[in-house]
Amino acid sequence: MNKKRKPLELYVHIPFCIRKCAYCDFVSGPGTKAMQKEYEEALLAEIDAAEETAEREVISVFFGGGTPSAVDAGMLARVMEKLRSKYVFSEDAEITLEANPGTLDAEKLKCYRKSGFNRISIGCQSVHDEELKRLGRIHTFAEFQESFALARDAGFANINVDLMSGLPEQSEEKWEESLRTIAELSPEHISAYSLIVEPGTPFAEQKLDLPDEDTEREMYARTAEILAEYGFFQYEISNYAKPGFACRHNIGYWKRTDYLGFGPSAASLFGNRRWTNTADRSLHLKACGALEKIREDEEILSRQDAMEEFMFLGLRMTQGISTAEFEEKFGKEIHAVYGGVLKKYEAMHLLQEHSGRLALTRDGISVSNVILADFLM
Amino acid sequence: MSGIDQSKIRNFCIIAHIDHGKSTLADRIIQKTGLLTEREMQDQVLDNMDLERERGITIKAQAVRTVYKAADGEEYILNMIDTPGHVDFNYEVSRSLAACDGALLVVDASQGIEAQTLANVYLALDHDLDVFPVINKVDLPSAEPDRVIAEIEDVIGLEAQDAPRISAKTGLNVDEVLEQIVQKIPAPEGDPTEPLKALIFDSVYDAYRGVIISCRVMEGSVKKGTRIRMMATGAVEEVVEVGYFGAGRLIPCDELSAGMVGYITASIKNVRDTRVGDTVTDADRPCAEALPGYKKVNPMVYCGMYPADGAQYGDLRDALEKLQLNDASLFYEPETSAALGFGFRCGFLGLLHLEIIQERLEREYNLDLVTTAPSVIYKVHKTDGTVIDLTNPSNLPDPSEIDYMEEPLVKAEIMVTTDYIGPIMELCQQRRGQYQGMEYMETTRAMLHYHLPLNEIIYDFFDALKSRSKGYASFDYELLGYERSELVKLDILVNKEEVDALSFIVFEGSAYERGRKMCEKLKEEIPRQLFEIPIQAAVGSKIIARETVRAMRKDVLAKCYGGDISRKKKLLEKQKEGKKRMRQVGNVEIPQKAFMSVLKLDEN
Repeated sequence: MNKKRKPLELYVHIPFCIRKCAYCDFVSGPGTKAMQKEYEEALLAEIDAAEETAEREVISVFFGGGTPSAVDAGMLARVMEKLRSKYVFSEDAEITLEANPGTLDAEKLKCYRKSGFNRISIGCQSVHDEELKRLGRIHTFAEFQESFALARDAGFANINVDLMSGLPEQSEEKWEESLRTIAELSPEHISAYSLIVEPGTPFAEQKLDLPDEDTEREMYARTAEILAEYGFFQYEISNYAKPGFACRHNIGYWKRTDYLGFGPSAASLFGNRRWTNTADRSLHLKACGALEKIREDEEILSRQDAMEEFMFLGLRMTQGISTAEFEEKFGKEIHAVYGGVLKKYEAMHLLQEHSGRLALTRDGISVSNVILADFLM
Repeated sequence: MSGIDQSKIRNFCIIAHIDHGKSTLADRIIQKTGLLTEREMQDQVLDNMDLERERGITIKAQAVRTVYKAADGEEYILNMIDTPGHVDFNYEVSRSLAACDGALLVVDASQGIEAQTLANVYLALDHDLDVFPVINKVDLPSAEPDRVIAEIEDVIGLEAQDAPRISAKTGLNVDEVLEQIVQKIPAPEGDPTEPLKALIFDSVYDAYRGVIISCRVMEGSVKKGTRIRMMATGAVEEVVEVGYFGAGRLIPCDELSAGMVGYITASIKNVRDTRVGDTVTDADRPCAEALPGYKKVNPMVYCGMYPADGAQYGDLRDALEKLQLNDASLFYEPETSAALGFGFRCGFLGLLHLEIIQERLEREYNLDLVTTAPSVIYKVHKTDGTVIDLTNPSNLPDPSEIDYMEEPLVKAEIMVTTDYIGPIMELCQQRRGQYQGMEYMETTRAMLHYHLPLNEIIYDFFDALKSRSKGYASFDYELLGYERSELVKLDILVNKEEVDALSFIVFEGSAYERGRKMCEKLKEEIPRQLFEIPIQAAVGSKIIARETVRAMRKDVLAKCYGGDISRKKKLLEKQKEGKKRMRQVGNVEIPQKAFMSVLKLDEN
C-alpha cells in the first residue's frame, strides 16, 4: 500500500428491484433487461467521466440499491471491471454487495465472488413472515435462511444482515426473537434500523399501529444488550459487528473519507465539495456520462460546515471523536468552539469525555437527534 | 361645483348585522347607478382591504358617490357611507352615522333582527336619522319576509309594510331601494356661507398625499388653499385638494360645500392629527363651536406582541408605526419580557381589532408574531392612595401595596332564540354576569341583558356563545364602567421558573379552574425534552395546579441513508429550526404557539 495515497470510497447505485417495499423511499423500481442494459451503459459512461484520481486508493466499494442482486451478475462484474481499470484498489478493499433473499442463487454468488465482492449485505428485516408481508417484502424468512446458507457456501466470510425494529404491530418479544434468531446464525455484522415512515411511501398513506416511544426506546436498548450476548459490539447508532468486522465503508461516511457515488441519487463527498446525483432515472440515462447534467445540489463546504459534520457524523459512532483530531483539522481547540454544548450535555450525562475522545453515552445515543442538532451553528 | 343643488343630494348609510348583505347591496347600488362597468366590478367594492373581503366585514369606514336618475326624471347625487360592522368600532360607526341624513336598515329575510341590528338602529335613531328597512335575501327558500316585517314593526317600531323585498345578490328590486332613498331620506341642510364646519368620519394615510380626510361638510365650504384647523387636535394645514369619492378612486373638484360628502388632503403626516369625530373648520374664519360627539377613543384590550425571531424587533416597530399612521386607536409602547425578549405592549379597541392588527402584521409585513394573552385595563388602588392603570399583568404591584382593584364592566345584550336561553344564561353565570332582565321579541326570541366583566368576554365568549346556541345567538356590548373585584395574578412556572409572558389577572374564584386548564394545555403544547418538566400554576407563593411533561425517551435517527449526508443534515437542521421557534425559559424550550394556545382554553 502506498502511504501517500489518500483513501477513496466508491458507491454504485443499482436502481432496480423486484418490487418496491412499502416503506422504501430510495430511487428504485422494477426494470426490464433492456432497461438494465441501457442503465449499465449510462453508468459506465458516468464512471468514465468521473474525477481522475491517480493519487487515490480505493479502500471500499458498496453496491446499493434498489436490489443489486436483482440484476444480471454480469452487469455488476462489468461495472467492477470498469472501476478497477480506472482506480487503484487497496489490496484489502472491502467490496460489498446488497442483496435480497429470493434473488440469490449459487451461480450468481459464484459470479460475485469472482468479480471481487468479499462482503454481502442481506436484507432480512424480520424473521416473522407476517411482518415481512406487512413490509411488502418479496421473501419469507425461510428464503432468507436459504440465501444466507448459499452465501456462506459461496465463500462469503463477511456477511451483514439488515433488521428493522419499530414495525407496525411489532411487540418487544417479536423483535427480540428476530434479533436472537439472526444472531444465532452468526453473521459478522448486523444493521438494526428502526422504521422511519417517509412521506411519499405507501406506509405514509396508511394508518399504522406503530409502537409508542417507550416501547421503541426499550427495543432500541434491548438490541445492544442482546447482540452483546452474542459477541456483537455496537460501533454506531444502528450498526453492530463482531470484532474486526465493522463496515469500513460506513465508517468512511462518519469519518468524512472522500467518496464518489455513481448512479441516480448517489451522493458524493470530494474534498470540500458535496453533491448528489439527480434522482431522475431517465435524466441520468439521457445524460450518458455528462456529469454536469447528472450532479445536482453541489455544495462547497465551509470550514464551519466541515466542523459541524465532523461532530454530528463522528458522534454517531460509539467511539466518538478525537478532540486532538478536531484541533488538528480545524486549528481550534474543541471547547473553544463547542464548550457550551459539551458542558450542557456532559452535565446531563448524555455525553462524556474520556482519554481524548468525546462520545455519546448510552442514554445520549437514545436521544442523539436532539444533541447532534445542537452541534449545528 | 358650488352650484350643486342641496335638494338633489342624499347622504345615507347602510346598517345591518354581519352577513345580512350590507356590502352586497352597496355593490349592487354602485352597479345599478352605472358608476362601474361590469368589468371593473369586483365583489364588495367598498371593502378595500383584502382582510375585509375575506372576513366579510368592514373594518374602516368608506364612502362612495354615485349619480342616480330617479323616476321623477331628476338626477340625484347619492353619497353612500359604509360603516364598520363590529362592536369594537362602535365609535367609528357613530361618527359615520353622524355624517348621514338617513339610513337603510338591511335585515335578512330568514334571520330577522339581531342584537347588532338593534344596537345600530338605536344608534341611528339617536342621531336623528330617518331609517327605512329593506328586506334582503328574499330569494332564499327559508325567507319569511312577512314575519320579519312584523318583527321590525313590533320590536323597533319602524313602519315596514312598504319595505323593498330584495335580493342584493341577484339584483331583485334594488331599483325600488334607490327610489326610496330619494323619497325617504331627507336632503341635507346647512348654509354654505357660514364658517366651515365639517365632520371627519374617517382618515387614511397615503404615502404620496399624506392624510386623506373623509368628511361631511355641515356648514360653509372648503376648497384648495383654505387654511383648515382640526378643532380637537389643533392641527392647522393648507388644503391641497378637495374632491369626492369615485368607486375606488378620488375625483378632485373645486369645492365642497354644506351638505356634501368628500375628501380633503392637506399634507398632513399623521392620522393622529385628524381623528375621527373631530371638526374641520376654517383657521381664518372659525366656526363658533365644534360639532358634538367627539371623543378620543381609548384602547380597551392590551396584549404583548413579540417577534418570533428576535432579530425582527426593528421590523415590528416599523410595521406598527406604519399601521398607526392609519389607525389612531392603535397604541403601542416597547416592553421587555424575560421569556419573549423585546416586544411591544399594544392596545386595541377590542379583540377583533387585535386580531386584525395581528393578521395585518403577519400578512402585509411578513412578521411571525408571538402574542400574549389579552388583558383589559385594571385599576389598581394602592395603599398609598395612588391609582394605576394596569395593562400588563407583570406590572402588578406587590399585594401588600394594593388596597383594592377594579375591573371594567360592560353592558351586554344577547339576542337568542328561546330554546337556548337556558344554556346562554348558564354561560353568563359562569362568566360572572349580573342578570339585568330579559325581553321577549316575539314568542320565539328573547333579548337578555347582562352586566359582564370585560375580562370574561375578551377570550372566547363569542365562540362559547355561538357553540351553545348552535350559532343563533347574537351579541353586542358597550363599556359601562369600573367595578371593584377580587382579582389575583395567576403565575405559571415551567420547571420552577416563572414565565412572565404567561401571567394573567383572574377573578379569585376562577383562579383554580383557570390554573388547572392552563397547566393541562401547556402540557400538551410543550414537547418532551431531555428531562422532566413540572408545570405549575401559582397565586402568590401558593401552587394551585400542577402537570408534568415527561422526559423524552427516544429520538434517534437509526435509518440507513448511505452517504446522503446532506439529507441527514437537513433533518438535524429542521430539528434545530424547530428549536429556534421555541423560547428558552431556564433550561426549557417552550414553543411560540404555547403562549397563544392558552387563549383558547376550551370550555367543555
